[in-house]
Amino acid sequence: MTIALFLAFVALTLGITVWASRQTRSAADFYAGGRSFSPLQNGVAIGGDYMSAASFLGIAGLIALNGYDGFLYSIGFLVAWLVALLLVAELMRNSGRYTMADVLAARLRERPVRTAAGVSTVVVSTFYLVAQMVGAASVVSLLLGVTGDAAKVWVIAGVGALMIFYVTVGGMKGTTWVQIVKAVLLMAGAALMTVLVLARYHFNVSELLGVAAAQSGKGLAFLEPGLKYGATDAWSKLDLISLGLALVLGTAGLPHILIRFYTVPSARAARRSVIWAIGIIGAFYLMTLVLGFGAAALVGGAAIKKSDPSGNTAATLLAETLGGGAGSTGGSLMLAFIAAVAFATILAVVAGLTLAASSSVAHDLYANVVRRGRSDERQEMRVARLAAVAIGGLSIGLSAFARDLNVAFLVALAFAIAASANLPVILFTLFWRRFTTRGAVWGIVGGLVAAIGVVLLSPICWGGASATKPAVTLTAKQAATCGVDAAAKSVGNPTALFSCTTVAPVPLENPGLVSIPAGFALAAVGALTGRRRRDADDDAAFTALEHRALTGVGAH
Amino acid sequence: MSDSDIEVLRRRFRRFAFPMTAAFLAWYLLYVLLSAYARDLMGVRVFGNVNVALLLGIGQFASTFGIAAWYAAYARRRLDPLADRLRTAADHRTAGAADTGPAGATSGAGASDSAGEATR
Repeated sequence: MTIALFLAFVALTLGITVWASRQTRSAADFYAGGRSFSPLQNGVAIGGDYMSAASFLGIAGLIALNGYDGFLYSIGFLVAWLVALLLVAELMRNSGRYTMADVLAARLRERPVRTAAGVSTVVVSTFYLVAQMVGAASVVSLLLGVTGDAAKVWVIAGVGALMIFYVTVGGMKGTTWVQIVKAVLLMAGAALMTVLVLARYHFNVSELLGVAAAQSGKGLAFLEPGLKYGATDAWSKLDLISLGLALVLGTAGLPHILIRFYTVPSARAARRSVIWAIGIIGAFYLMTLVLGFGAAALVGGAAIKKSDPSGNTAATLLAETLGGGAGSTGGSLMLAFIAAVAFATILAVVAGLTLAASSSVAHDLYANVVRRGRSDERQEMRVARLAAVAIGGLSIGLSAFARDLNVAFLVALAFAIAASANLPVILFTLFWRRFTTRGAVWGIVGGLVAAIGVVLLSPICWGGASATKPAVTLTAKQAATCGVDAAAKSVGNPTALFSCTTVAPVPLENPGLVSIPAGFALAAVGALTGRRRRDADDDAAFTALEHRALTGVGAH
Repeated sequence: MSDSDIEVLRRRFRRFAFPMTAAFLAWYLLYVLLSAYARDLMGVRVFGNVNVALLLGIGQFASTFGIAAWYAAYARRRLDPLADRLRTAADHRTAGAADTGPAGATSGAGASDSAGEATR
């Protein structure tokens, strides 16, 4: 049943993609969907691009298992849209063409800034892509009841092949329609479940919260912050703040979100599409709150943990319970529907990410850095399609290799890199007259290195037990992987990449608190310390960019 | 003329966007800091099982929706008419640069002044 619904979605989206490919002729069609989407269509597509499996399955699961702390994620993800609305969306729409780097290149020296921005686009998108595909693999194998590493690799390869098809054949137009269909399905599924959950509790939220808290076995603490984040020492509280910063500042630096602003005809349409997106995404996160607490109340933490220790299947188990329970017709129908929605969600997000990365490779790195603007549109689009295949292949390979990694960490890392490397440079380019090429390169490279550097020194990589990361009880498999006795008390993070027993030099799991200020500071210092004098041309370039960004004169 | 229009547009945009960004970021950070360091306060129940933490969280949603709507109204009223006028003026300049250049610019400025009165 699940498979039939899933295949129906795939068939529908493949049809859309082929239809879109007939309408895709110019580079503007391929990169920006011909700039012909309405604000509502683009707003829904932004929702489809943004509400990933990590949001739907991950946040509902976090709330179901840890109560209130899962909600912290939703809030950061939503408030972040105000940064995009007030500071980035409209100005970016007016001053750029196809990629994030276009805006920087409008006033800074083209080759260095395009190289840096292209690299950071590919890095951020690839991290996010691997996170989605690894998540897809674990969720799909749980839902289809297939187990074992070979099955996971097959799922990853299948998702990868579909996303490459959507992007290479359908371009931005096909990808956007896939995202619109997915967002409508996702909102419908979430709304149906929300109403069913609330109906069980006479539409009384307080009653739902009470049952959830009682069922969780943690009492009222379940409804308060602190069960998951900042539970141990002072460092873990800083880690919570670090996570909060990355979430709120990351969105407006995510390349696959930024290129969505180019799909509408004007800055005003970009503004209206962000406002639609805020409404849709906000409503969705409010519903995941009900779904998470509903899963805690109706399914129960123990049953969720048994199915998947990280809680990713909470939403699907809740669907089954709401439909009438395991084995009933209603139960399997609901399960099949929600599982198919989850597949759709993953496919739409990975397609958007692949498009962002391949656009940047073709438009920034190939056309403007390698060929110095001497290539024609057709060559550029051919390179974009090849790049989509290459990036898709690369992420299939990385995901197959990284299939046991923690998904939430990869998503949070992508946000942290976007906030540290991209956002400072975008804001300085748009608003700071004295900003320079050197500042942009310092900011992007520095933010990137700082974010990844902190992670390389963090408990993600070094899992030794400490005051921040207390020792955990190991399963037999984990103990064997770590090479320690199952009763050992020296392991704080059994999934650490380098060593389970060495204590991390930096106790922060989220790099944002260090790397975001570093990104801003390096961009500013780079701009202020350059040897080359700013001249009248630089000044004129900023004035022209500002004029275009504010009014839309000369916008593409 | 149009140079001062762009000044006004920039000032109006920045006067709204910058303080508002500072305000919502401060409000969000306050919420995160309270979640980390003021857990007793966050756990106080207001009615039924609804506590301060939940109300503050919902408050973040409400403020986000509110600021988005406020900005949309502000932009429609105070920014869009100016941007439109500047764009029309630029179109005139490129269209009639050869023959009616100075005359077109003058009449454009006159029109923009009266429109400026109307929006005030």
